[in-house]
Amino acid sequence: MTDLIDDAIDLEHRLAPEPIQKVSIVISKGSLEGIYPGLIMANGARMEGIEADLFFTFFALDALRKDRVDKIKVATVGNPGMHLPSLIGVLPGMSWLATRMMSRQLEKLDIPPIHEFLELIHDSGGHIYGCHATVEMFGLKEEDFIPEVDGILTVGEFYDRSAGGQIIFT
Amino acid sequence: MTTMEVAGVSVERDPEGFLVDPSQWTREAGAEIARQEGIPELTERHWMVVAFMRERYLTTGTAPSIRTLGRESGVPVKELYQLFPKGPAKLAAKIGGIPKPRGCI
Repeated sequence: MTDLIDDAIDLEHRLAPEPIQKVSIVISKGSLEGIYPGLIMANGARMEGIEADLFFTFFALDALRKDRVDKIKVATVGNPGMHLPSLIGVLPGMSWLATRMMSRQLEKLDIPPIHEFLELIHDSGGHIYGCHATVEMFGLKEEDFIPEVDGILTVGEFYDRSAGGQIIFT
Repeated sequence: MTTMEVAGVSVERDPEGFLVDPSQWTREAGAEIARQEGIPELTERHWMVVAFMRERYLTTGTAPSIRTLGRESGVPVKELYQLFPKGPAKLAAKIGGIPKPRGCI
């Protein structure tokens, strides 16, 4: 009887899905609400001992730029989640106000501002990359980026690095 | 639920290996859990983190975030991951005999 139970437990273990070992998270949007989810997922992966790479493309590259990382804002127009008429969203200062309110809320939950969050992920052993095509498109140079950036990758290099892992697009 | 016997004291653990009752915890139990998790010997630095986690949980009722751990435990984030490669907050909670941290950060 105990043998049968042991066999059943053994079978269950063998059939259980493999735990995730590695994630590669693409962040493509440049708004505050477009950037945070990827950062939370990358940090959460590291906290579980999962390898994590972050790849910033298009307007999300702002998060890696020295001159823009502290100026990222919530989109108050074209964002139905704000539950705010678009006509009000366009008023001067609305985006600033929404950003300030959300940043306060994040701080209350002990979620750091974007630059500090990137530093935390970097120190946790996560890797941070920029997209080569975007860097060329915006005419950026190495000195334009925050020091936590591990490198600029082409799409091919990104896929190479992601081998054996899960790719998540945000 | 399983029971672990360490140095003549028995402690209850949940299916993931966290202690059910933090008051059952002893240093010996912590050291034994660490061995099972692949840390053969807990150094002074490991104990600093474990003690901080435990103290924070017992006084506030929640385990600290990785951000707070890095800022206030006396051990910086980089070193936290060297000490506990499989996840500092989760492992230090398990070794320190407190429930699994529920926060996303």
